[in-house]
Amino acid sequence: MRTFGDVRALDGIDLTVERGQVVGLLGPNGAGKTTTVRILSTLLAPTSGRATVAGFDVVKQADEVRRSIGLTGQYAAIDEYLTGRENLRMFGGLYHLSPKYVKERSEELLDWFDLSDAADRPAKTYSGGMRRRLDLAASLVAQPSILFLDEPTTGLDPRSRLGLWDVINNLVAQGTTVLLTTQYLEEADQLAQDIVVIDHGRVIAHGTSEQLKDQIGGDRIEIHVTDSSRIDDAVRAVRSVSTGEPLVEDSRVSAPVTGGSTVLVNAIRALDADGIEVSDLVLRRPTLDDVFMSLTGHAAEDETTAAKPTKGRRGRGSK
Amino acid sequence: MATLTMGTPQMMRRPLLGWTIHDGLVVARRNLIQTVRIPEMLFFSLVQPVIFVLLFAYVFGGAIPIPGDAGADAYRNYLMPGIFGQTVAFAAAASTVGLAEDMHKGIIDRFRALPMSPPAVLVGRTLADAVRQILVLFVLSITGFIVGWRISNGLLPAIGAYALLLLFAYTVAWIGSWVGLHMPNPETANTAGLAWLFPLTFLSNAFVPISSMPTWLQAFAAYNPVSTVVLASRELFGNPTGIQPDYWPLQHASLYTLISCAVLIAIFATLAVRKYTRTTSR
Repeated sequence: MRTFGDVRALDGIDLTVERGQVVGLLGPNGAGKTTTVRILSTLLAPTSGRATVAGFDVVKQADEVRRSIGLTGQYAAIDEYLTGRENLRMFGGLYHLSPKYVKERSEELLDWFDLSDAADRPAKTYSGGMRRRLDLAASLVAQPSILFLDEPTTGLDPRSRLGLWDVINNLVAQGTTVLLTTQYLEEADQLAQDIVVIDHGRVIAHGTSEQLKDQIGGDRIEIHVTDSSRIDDAVRAVRSVSTGEPLVEDSRVSAPVTGGSTVLVNAIRALDADGIEVSDLVLRRPTLDDVFMSLTGHAAEDETTAAKPTKGRRGRGSK
Repeated sequence: MATLTMGTPQMMRRPLLGWTIHDGLVVARRNLIQTVRIPEMLFFSLVQPVIFVLLFAYVFGGAIPIPGDAGADAYRNYLMPGIFGQTVAFAAAASTVGLAEDMHKGIIDRFRALPMSPPAVLVGRTLADAVRQILVLFVLSITGFIVGWRISNGLLPAIGAYALLLLFAYTVAWIGSWVGLHMPNPETANTAGLAWLFPLTFLSNAFVPISSMPTWLQAFAAYNPVSTVVLASRELFGNPTGIQPDYWPLQHASLYTLISCAVLIAIFATLAVRKYTRTTSR
């Protein structure tokens, strides 16, 4: 458990990651993802409870934990004025690795992350994707067996995101254990075998991405009614074609369905029979919003204000 | 994509001086590289003291008599060690701002997640800030020579004077670091970092003889280490010192400087490291 003043950021998260596995920690802003990673990477002490990483206690054996992990946060934690090569060598030195090894390892990483051409340029001249790659390279200098990736692709363009996914998958294929936090269902889907959904600092669902999707249903139908006073009729019409209870938000009704596009035709018929006018009608794959709507009954972004301190990089904490 | 080496990396043997010094040197190197990469900052940190030399030498100099020395170049020779003292004292502001900036960047999180010695971030900061003063003192000395300042007591005492000035720079860098750790953001650090330095350096013998001050101020100025490091430098460089009022520190300027630097480093290094590690395990 971890509290920030009156805000309970983590409230009994019970999490086990097997060696060589990728576990995705999925949740909206303020759910407690970053707090979890900060505790596991020894940056933050838990208010109560305990955690072990690579068999070491994160509070009592912090140095042993630090030697076994690599951490890549939401903000590139590199020195802007140093070149890519200088950054890697500096971190290698601070890991207390032999200078000869650091030299070789830096070249290997620069090459592997496709940064050799930019190795002698100050990092502030790098693009967002390059910075993130250098950041990840810095985490790998000491060949850690465990990697914490805190929203590794937030703010990246789609191409850089795909590139980074490639890199992460590659590391995992070579046996690295990864705890990944993300706001994107798609990212967890791509990278993690095991997904833990958290909200309000609590685990609300746990399973493979298939299990989670089944839990919230397959495709979803979503309609927007033109006249919101007809919403109850619209719900009735949607219920006649859906496999689960429809969710209502303003003038929007959504519900899980099976049967592909024939469902759309049936829905239009049902709505038309009642004379309900709709401004939009779509069939789509479930999104993170749907997971939250169905698991918690509220939309993901509602929670950003309530639990803000967990996101603040420098949230004032008291123990 | 090729495979990446995975396994156990080659570790370094524990260095003779311990990990804190080793890690401190790594961080100091990083801070000094930053200095080279932002030449504008270095340039302006040199311009200000040079302007002070010119202002005091040509504008105020004629109006400030040096008791016991009536020569035409007396004030300029009296002034230069004062400028040295003031300039190295202002190095503290660089530590304040530098540390406040580091604390608000993502890189501090990486430092904290590394198995490095935590005080090394502070050791590296203070070392780099003191080392930078070597260049500053060099440029100032050249400027001094141009306006007529001379070293007239031999090479060895002069080296001693520079060494004392650098020790003093290292001392104030610790105080500045401690201040920097309390700053809510780098902008505040910019202002607060300088606030205490103006009274500290002007309530000293850097620009005017202590004997010209009201008695109640003389006591403060006499025990101010800025005064003693400046007086010690004047003595070691063979520059005019004026006539000293009867205070122990002024009679034993070098010794008092060494003692006060040791005491101040002990106090502020302890406070700063404690503050830093506390913020770490927040």
